[in-house]
Order: sequence, then structure tokens, then C-alpha cells
Amino acid sequence: MLEKITLIRGRAVPLRGEDIDTDRIIPARFMKALTFEGLGQYLFYDERFDEKGQPKPHPLNDPRYQGASLLLVEAGFGSGSSREHAPQAIKRAGFKAIIGESFAEIFFGNATAIGLPCVTLSPEDLAALFQAVERDPSLEVEVDLLAKEVRFGDRTAPLAIPEPAREALVAGLWDPIGELLQAGELLDAFDRKLPYPRRSE
Amino acid sequence: MGKTLYEKVWEAHEVRRLRSGQSQLFIDLHLLHEVTSPQAFGMLKDLGLKVRYPHRTFATVDHIVPTHDRTEPFQDPLAQSMLEALRQNTREHGITFFDLGSGDQGIVHVIGPQLGLTQPGMTIACGDSHTSTHGAFGAVAFGIGTSQVRDVLATQTLAAQKLKVRRINIEGKLAPGVYAKDVILHIIRHLGVKGGLGYAYEYGGSAVEAMDMESRMTLCNMSIEGGARIGYVNPDETTFAYLEGRPYSPKGAEWEEAKRRWRSFASDPDAHYHDVVTFRAEEIPPTVTWGINPGQAVPIDGRIPLLEELPEEERPVAEEALAYMGLRPGQPIQGVPVQVAFIGSCTNARLSDLREVARFLKGHRVKKGVRALVVPGSEWVAKRAEEEGIAEIFREAGFEWRNPGCSMCLAMNPDRLEGDELAASSSNRNYKGRMGSPRGRTVLMSPLMVAAAAVAGEIADAREVFGILTR
Repeated sequence: MLEKITLIRGRAVPLRGEDIDTDRIIPARFMKALTFEGLGQYLFYDERFDEKGQPKPHPLNDPRYQGASLLLVEAGFGSGSSREHAPQAIKRAGFKAIIGESFAEIFFGNATAIGLPCVTLSPEDLAALFQAVERDPSLEVEVDLLAKEVRFGDRTAPLAIPEPAREALVAGLWDPIGELLQAGELLDAFDRKLPYPRRSE
Repeated sequence: MGKTLYEKVWEAHEVRRLRSGQSQLFIDLHLLHEVTSPQAFGMLKDLGLKVRYPHRTFATVDHIVPTHDRTEPFQDPLAQSMLEALRQNTREHGITFFDLGSGDQGIVHVIGPQLGLTQPGMTIACGDSHTSTHGAFGAVAFGIGTSQVRDVLATQTLAAQKLKVRRINIEGKLAPGVYAKDVILHIIRHLGVKGGLGYAYEYGGSAVEAMDMESRMTLCNMSIEGGARIGYVNPDETTFAYLEGRPYSPKGAEWEEAKRRWRSFASDPDAHYHDVVTFRAEEIPPTVTWGINPGQAVPIDGRIPLLEELPEEERPVAEEALAYMGLRPGQPIQGVPVQVAFIGSCTNARLSDLREVARFLKGHRVKKGVRALVVPGSEWVAKRAEEEGIAEIFREAGFEWRNPGCSMCLAMNPDRLEGDELAASSSNRNYKGRMGSPRGRTVLMSPLMVAAAAVAGEIADAREVFGILTR
């Protein structure tokens, strides 16, 4: 049985910038691997480290944000490649949810399927959250998928997330494989009915 | 009320509704490659599951393949291990694998259509965002992540949520020297890199109807760069003519039956669209990017925008892009020096791309100091290009003629930019660090424009370099 993901509470890292693509989240050279293990250390590698491997100024290198479990982003986060390595790297670096303005489709699906909720706030609420966290990195933030709100300081902001994804997360059905397998014989009927490519030369 | 192709294909493949409200969608064709599948096979093993319908699953190796020396073992042991893993996994599960040297190896989105695997009315999935390419045939083709690759291997289905459909009309006739690549860069420039979020893009109108299949593939290929996970063109006689006689196309009596079925998937004339956008083909110029996402583009005779000309929300990314690219606001894009020219990738490495460039490149020379590479999309494309003398034209012009693969597009093989080199590229992404150097710079354009940049040593208008009459 999968974990029911209902409430995530923790500190947040503010990561500014629109249209942050999956190549930036995890550069392609780190995909030369047969498993997802160890990907957390390469999260945003080229933004965090110079060509000699020395740390650069970056929120993820900032001691004030160490141990945070929420990632704050802007619009168009996760655009580009379908690489699940991107949300895997985020999850394996210790993040439990992402709060932003909008997410690329494939990234959103990949993240949901590994139990990493991506929720959106209105631009006003998101701006307020960014400011609050930048002012006070120790601020506690709550993402409540049952009440459909993000709470921080004395503010309560309604969050948005497509209902099927929310359902799947709160019911512990976010990895759909179990339910997909239940279709059983129904699948064979589709396999018989739908043509498939056959070679003949 | 009529239906769109997207709705018809969806309905024909919906196995059932899931408790979350998503649909369980049957996938006709599953394409695999070495980068996003090994973890999926690992998960399958952990769950004690098998590949449910191996006859619907086909694999090739493309991302990590060296294009210079393909002798095994590769110099990069990690790349070799990924190839070995795919060989082992496909053998174990009875999956057809188009291995190196088979004659059919190549970029997954090039070989699917080329072999006739990609057919109208299909649902297609592949662990690669450019799976949208296959929509050129009137298929609904999804780029998916690795957990979903596992889902498709185990059940031949995906949990999926239905999108809205935006019809994008391109009406009229494209000007000489203007290609499908310019059309899609123009669309993304105008609708934005987030413009397609929540939509499938249906491309149509007289200019799209007039396009050959390989141009339609280029168009659909970059739907994802516009934020749309799906892009497609309705199947028509052009589609059928392309498919006829391909190795995996239906034959004999099945051919006529298949055409009848394929035709039935096309969007009805009275179909409802959630949005309709129309562009005039004559107004589309050769288009190149100047920034760090594919929406940051300008006409080749244009200037990089001034910050104050941009909507306020685009300015921070524009500033970031200018700093990264080493360009100034208001600067003409023509004349920016290039160090590398790359013709290749799933966007533009098909035979028609290479033929069109060769037609104009003959008799020209790559400028001294420019490293120019052509990486054909597949072994089949490479062979035909050799036979037709295209390869020789490229070599004589000073291009390196390489073996097929994804190559510099994302630089998972040894081909990559060095330092802050700037590449004129026929690929699909100009993200920071995309071509393998964390400081490397990419300018996206059509293959002919890449050739023009190689010859001029700077970003140039192919119509001028090659004397293409525009009137």
C-alpha cells in the first residue's frame, strides 16, 4: 500500500526563474546511469557548481535553506525533456512537494507518479510566499491537499492541483501500476481488437 | 457535433476510467531507447512482472551512441553498459531491437515512421518528449517518464488525463527558403513556451496540407517546446503515400482496409476546438532563436528585442538569456559568429532535410575555423544519403559526416560544445548547457540556415548565402 500524501509541512527553498527546464534540473550527462539512485547530488548541478566543481551562489547551496522539504518555483517549471530523472533528483534531494505558478505536463505527471505533489498558487499568493520565505528562511509552510490550501505565517492561500492527481495522492493511489494491472482480461480484448505493426517484406 | 481526431483516438483506446478520474488508455505502439528504459525494466523485475505485449514494443539505441567510432566496447563504459542493458532487456522479454549495424538503427522518432511502425489512429508512447513527432501521421503520441514506461511494459496502458485541443491553421504558401522548422519556431515565438500547457495541438490549413510527411514531423516534433505534450496532423493521401510499402505497413487486402480505418480518424469538419489560432504562411520568415528557450526567437533579418519591448513578465528571463548568450538588446541576430554547426536530431535529420541542404550547399565551403557536423537520423538515412551522393557534397563542403544518433542535440555521447562555443543547430532546444558544455550556446534554426551559418561563419540568411530568390 502506498503512502497517503495529505499534508506536507516544512521549510521551503525559493528558486526564482521562469521556464526552468529539465536539462537545468538535471543535465543530460548525469542520465548515463542504469538506476535513479544517487541523482539527488546532481540536482541543478551546473547552476550550483562551476566547471571545477566549486560551489556557486545558489539557494540550494545556501546554508539557511539546508534541510528544506518544499521547493518554491515560478511559472513553466519542468519544461522540456520527459526525463523522470528530474523529479527523481528533486525527491532524492529530500523534497516532498513543489509549489509554483505552473508546471510542464510531462514533468507534472512524472512527479505525481512518484508521490511528489506539484501544486500551484495564484501569482499574488506565490509572490507573498516567496517574499515570506526569503525574509525568514526558517518559516514553516504547510501544503494541505485535503483542505486544498497552503498555509504560512498568518496567511492561508488556496492551492490548485488537477483533481485526478489530488485524488491519487490523498488516496495513496499515486503510483497507478496496481490499478492498471487490475484491468487484466480487458487488456487482452484491446490487444485482439487493435491492429499492431507486423513486418512483411 | 463532430469530433476531433484526438477525441476519436482517445475513445477507441480508453480501456476504463480509474478511481482518480483519469483514463486507462491502451497504447498501440511502445518505442524504447536506452536512456529512459533500464530503470523501468528494473522496476518490472522488482514487481515480478513481464512485458505484457512484446509484439507492440520496439527498441533502438540513439542517445549515447558515439557518432565517430562505434567500435565496441565504447570508450565510455557507462554508455556501453546502457547499450548492453537494452540488449539484455529486449532479449529477455522478446522485444524487437534495432541494434547498431542492423540497418534500421537510428533516432527513435526517425525510425518509427521510416519503418512504417507509426500509423494513423494509433496511440504511441515513448520515454522521450519528442514522441509528439509521430503525431504527423494522425497518431496520438505521448512522451512519457520512466515510471510510465514501466506501466506500458507491464500493462500496455497509461493513466492519462484528456487535454483540450487547439487547432493551429497555417494558411497560404510558404516563401522560398522557409521550412517547417521556421513555422514551428514562429508558432512558439507567438504562442510562447507555456502556450500549449493543457492542450493538444492540431496543425492544419493549406500550408500544412501541402507539406510532405517529413516536414509535418518537424512541425509536430517541437510541439513540446510550445508546452503542448501532443501535436498532430490529420491523416490524408500524403500520409498514405508515405506509408505504402514500408516494412511494417499493412500489405495487400489489409492495406485498403487500413486506409479506410485511418481516414475515419480524421477530425470531422464540424469538430469542436477549445481554441483556434491562424497564421499566414507568407508572413513566416526564416526564424532563429537568440535566447535560452525556443520561444526567444526572431526573424533572421530582425533584431534581438529591447527589454522594454517585451511583456514585463518575460524580461527577467530575457535578461538572463542575454547575459548567458553574450548578446545585446537591439543587436541584429545576423552576423553573430558561430564556432559549431550541427545538422542532426529528431527534428531535422531526415533524408529530405539532408537532400534540401545538399541541393544548395554544393560548391560552397564551410568557413575556416567552424566545426561542422552532419549526423543522419538513421542508418537507413545515412545509406541513402551515401548512395545519392549527398554525403559526398557535405564532405566536400567541409562537414564531418557522422554515424546516426542523437549526438550534440543533448550531448550524451562524445559530441559536445567546448567552453562557451556558439552552435548554429537544427536541433530543438537551446537551453543552457544543452549541448554538453555548461556554458555552451545554441541558436536553433532550419538545417539550411545551419549550412548558411557554417559557410558564412556567422548567423546568416540562407536566402542570401545561397542566392534563393524570394520574389
